Amino acid sequence: MEPRMIANKKPFSLKGFFLQWEWMLVVLFIAVTVMNINLSEYYWNYDSLRDATMSFLDKAFIVLPMVFVIILADIDISVGSIVALSSVVMADLYSQGVPMPLAMAICLAVGLLSGLINGILIVKFKELSSVIVTLATMIIYRGIAYIILEDQAAGKFPEWFSYLGWGYVGDIPFILIVFAVFAVLFGLLLHKTTFGRRVYAMGSNPTASRYSGVQVDKIKIIIFMLAGLMAAVTALFLTSRMGSTRPNIATGYELDVIAMAVLGGVSTAGGKGRMIGAVLAVFLIGYLRYGLGLINVSAQTLLIIIGLLLIFAVMIPNLKRKRASSRNA
Amino acid sequence: MAEFVLELNGITKIFPGVKALDNVYFKLKPGEVHALMGENGAGKSTFIKVITGVYQPDEGEIYLDGRKVEFKTPNESKKAGIAAIYQHVTCYPDLSVTENIFMGHEKIGRLTKRILWNNMHAEAGSLLRELGASFSPKTQMGALSVAEQQIVEIAKALSLDAKIIIMDEPTAALTKNESEELYRIVDKLREQGKSVIFISHRFEDMYRLASKVTVFRDSKYIGTWDVDEIANPDLIVAMVGREITQLFPKKESVVGEELLAVEGLGQTGYFADVTFTLRRGEIMGLTGLVGAGRTEVCQALFGISAYDKGRVLLKGKVLRVKSPLDAMKHGIGYLPEDRQKQGLVLQWGIGRNITLPSLRKWSKRGMLNPAAEAETTKRLAEKVNVKAGSIFDLVSSLSGGNQQKVVFAKLLTADLDILILDEPTKGVDVGAKSAIYEMISELACSGYGIIMVSSEMPEIIGMCDRVAVMREGRVAATLERDEITQEAILQASMVDEAPLAEQL
Amino acid sequence: MNERGLANAALEPAPHNAGFPKKSFSANIGKFRELGLLGFIVLLSLGVQLRNPSFLSWENINDIATNTAILSILTIGMMLVIVTRGIDLSIGATLALSGMIAALTVYEYPDLNPMIALLLGVAVGLVCGMALGFLVSRMGILPIIATLGMMNVFRGLTYQASGGKWVSAHQMPDSFKQIATGSVLGINNLVFIAIVIYVAAYFFVNHTRTGRQIYAVGSNPDSAQISGIKTGKILWLVYSIMGGLSGLAGVLWVSKFASAQGDTAAGYELNVIAACVLGGVSIAGGSGKISGIILGTVLLGILNNALPMINVSPFWQMWIQGTIILVAVIINAVVKRGIDRNNLMRRKI
Repeated sequence: MEPRMIANKKPFSLKGFFLQWEWMLVVLFIAVTVMNINLSEYYWNYDSLRDATMSFLDKAFIVLPMVFVIILADIDISVGSIVALSSVVMADLYSQGVPMPLAMAICLAVGLLSGLINGILIVKFKELSSVIVTLATMIIYRGIAYIILEDQAAGKFPEWFSYLGWGYVGDIPFILIVFAVFAVLFGLLLHKTTFGRRVYAMGSNPTASRYSGVQVDKIKIIIFMLAGLMAAVTALFLTSRMGSTRPNIATGYELDVIAMAVLGGVSTAGGKGRMIGAVLAVFLIGYLRYGLGLINVSAQTLLIIIGLLLIFAVMIPNLKRKRASSRNA
Repeated sequence: MAEFVLELNGITKIFPGVKALDNVYFKLKPGEVHALMGENGAGKSTFIKVITGVYQPDEGEIYLDGRKVEFKTPNESKKAGIAAIYQHVTCYPDLSVTENIFMGHEKIGRLTKRILWNNMHAEAGSLLRELGASFSPKTQMGALSVAEQQIVEIAKALSLDAKIIIMDEPTAALTKNESEELYRIVDKLREQGKSVIFISHRFEDMYRLASKVTVFRDSKYIGTWDVDEIANPDLIVAMVGREITQLFPKKESVVGEELLAVEGLGQTGYFADVTFTLRRGEIMGLTGLVGAGRTEVCQALFGISAYDKGRVLLKGKVLRVKSPLDAMKHGIGYLPEDRQKQGLVLQWGIGRNITLPSLRKWSKRGMLNPAAEAETTKRLAEKVNVKAGSIFDLVSSLSGGNQQKVVFAKLLTADLDILILDEPTKGVDVGAKSAIYEMISELACSGYGIIMVSSEMPEIIGMCDRVAVMREGRVAATLERDEITQEAILQASMVDEAPLAEQL
Repeated sequence: MNERGLANAALEPAPHNAGFPKKSFSANIGKFRELGLLGFIVLLSLGVQLRNPSFLSWENINDIATNTAILSILTIGMMLVIVTRGIDLSIGATLALSGMIAALTVYEYPDLNPMIALLLGVAVGLVCGMALGFLVSRMGILPIIATLGMMNVFRGLTYQASGGKWVSAHQMPDSFKQIATGSVLGINNLVFIAIVIYVAAYFFVNHTRTGRQIYAVGSNPDSAQISGIKTGKILWLVYSIMGGLSGLAGVLWVSKFASAQGDTAAGYELNVIAACVLGGVSIAGGSGKISGIILGTVLLGILNNALPMINVSPFWQMWIQGTIILVAVIINAVVKRGIDRNNLMRRKI
């Protein structure tokens, strides 16, 4: 038998390149920008855009690990509560005299621990699914925040703490730089490492992954820990921006975060999606909100828009799949 | 009334590339229990699906009570009085027995449209009593044993007032006592004038129940005999037919030191007392009927599931693998039975699938090295001779044989001593089969110890140095190279007590 | 993702580390869980009574009953949704929206027959539920995503409808407020409505074909499809029922508390889910009994009432509720594993 030659270079396809979901997001992004410029004369200048970016980036930190979670075909709806819990713990410790840097480290540790608990419960009780586990811990974590602070607000942080949310490096917001660093790190983790490759494998076929020696339980726990950790990072920046905290902060963040990830092209069926899409979706939704806010669209209407956006973002790929399968039949 | 309640003439069914049924005949009298026998892949299941209307034949006619019929859907055949009981019971584990029996044809009050529970429970109760079952119709289905669930399926067939009942390997998952129970029930059905088509691998079943036996081989009709007319050896020849020729490129390998010793391994509900050894360069066959516990043993060895009794020695040291990764680190690899579900990520290309088990090798501190990865996968894909244009071709676009080659390539990436191959040629066409045999033989020569699970007699006989035959979760016999014959394997895997050798 | 998780759990053999006695014990919980729940309710009541003698007063029991009535109505719908392996997080928002629209209507037309306001609320809820059912059954969107998204849409619509304002007690006609305070045959209307709905639900769930098909779909969707059950229609129906009941509950809520706000019943869906899992409704689908959810709601209703009475800080309530859900689902799962394990042990080799 003659040896067969198998190519190991991928031919570049122009059509394939432009058929990517991310281009759709770019087009939408331009549309939103054009719309916003037309709607408000205050939109198109550097200062205003910069401030807008600073105001919506806090929750964007959670989108990064949420991409991993959804690629696993799981979901984490407890992230908003983890933000509240870690923020409240930090504020409470600081008000009791713990030095601020230590309180911040504990804030991150609380996030990590919360994620660890989620992960362990999901792995140990597979029949419960991540939906019900994180639903329960969502209530529990926020419940603990209420137990700690009751209906009080806690604040009076040191002066330098506000730099996190309000500071600049040169003319660039500090929070944007931190986000960019994290986004690159998470992007590398997902696309360039063995870890990321295994995550995609688990999302597409968990059984085959396990049979191929992928430590599925360990990876799942790590990912939920990352989600908890990034929720705590969000807590740092959000608390810094607000100057104080309450047990009810970050309510509904899980919806925004999931909507951004799904709009970014991450499939809820698992195994598909890219970091760049999710990052684009963060800015798309952020500027859309900001623009609509400029023309005094109420927060409540924004709720409706985000909700519908989420539904449409999941519906479009489903419709495509439906059409494809009916064509085959 | 016609002489035959069911008659199939010259049925041919063609799937793309394969003739699944080639001009087969079947005649069933009222009140007759008719056994349908043949090897795996002989076409029995396809034939059943033609009768039940799941498939439509490309040629041939079906007569029911002497009238020509065509079944376009399973419902049409159900209405005509044909009920099939499949090997894997399809039921609603959370619902009661009564509901499982009547799902789809509940008894409904005329005026109020309410379900007439009392009537249904009563009828279910009397059906179950008739079948000699001792459990109440109000029991939850999931709480029943497999045997009891099968009785419920039979009750369902009776409640539909079926004239013809088809049982597809009903005893495969049953213990000896449970099988006795089933025999009694089938006897009763016959007394009631029902006709039964009985598919089984066990001679015991056939001798105990059937009056006629029809044999298929390689999708063709071989013949129909009265059961007391045909001797056991003749039947085996009819089923297997071909001589085992030098189809198998088995090369003599140097058998080395002992790699693996399994001692008294047991897992509640699946297998018990499994003992065997494996040496370097050896191909050890693990055979027996489907459901005899072969796959479960392999999965326990590979760390997919845990065993609760016995121990495993790897190169003389006791080893308890905790996970597949752990098993692979210790040099044990597993080629799973279901390559689509367990072996491959179908949405992925060939290359990525090949490197999944050993990503570490093409990475530095966790960062992948795509160039090295592509180079290796190209080399491996060419080595196992996958028919594809590029390593980026999706595995879902490959044929079964080529998919299996990709799974083999996955095993070659890791440093292994022991390969466990679970049905390596299942669903693979003939050409690819011989390529896979060649590969297995070469692997043995190059020093791997190989455990090959297979239901296909020819490949077990052609390839293996030693064979362990499993029956109902236990090793029924271990045969050395010169003892491996079809008769010996059949005897060990099917016959319960009477030794076949004496009958010969 | 729900279904994939289930499939995996079913495929993989249960862990083999637990011993025999523990298993048969957990299987027994399954048999006697309702009795146990009842016993727990009695013990809890007695305990609270010792701490606060006014707990078992007629007045307080009446209070518990009316409060629990609304919860219990929602629990029926949620049970059906969970039986089909779904979940509905939008019901708090649906309740608020229909309650708000009913309140605004009676505010505009004070002479309106309260029955019409009631029907209007049900209709609004039904529309919401049908929209959800469409997304889940026809568009194939996961229930968690669909209901999370629509929850915000409904909540936003509630604020839009009211313009961000409240409808308060003095803006509602007495006839409307009497829906909740009036009585039939000496039984408070709310309790009466709940009883009627429970009787109807009991009949529907246990004695009609459609009712049983809901369980069949949840127990084994593939089998259900094969035996000719229209799975999509069943799903649609279940979410519609849930919506209709939420609409009804919305009107009753607004009438009882004599106020309609944008954030009415925010997070109430969690109470309802807690009542279901406490009552033994399996998150894996296919099982759940009316008698179970009655006990579940009663227990939750008593807890909600008793905690303040024995001076548990209101700030502890959220944590307690979450812990109850988590512990209840874990117990359900362990019991189910015990039963499966017991069934496996019956296989002799």
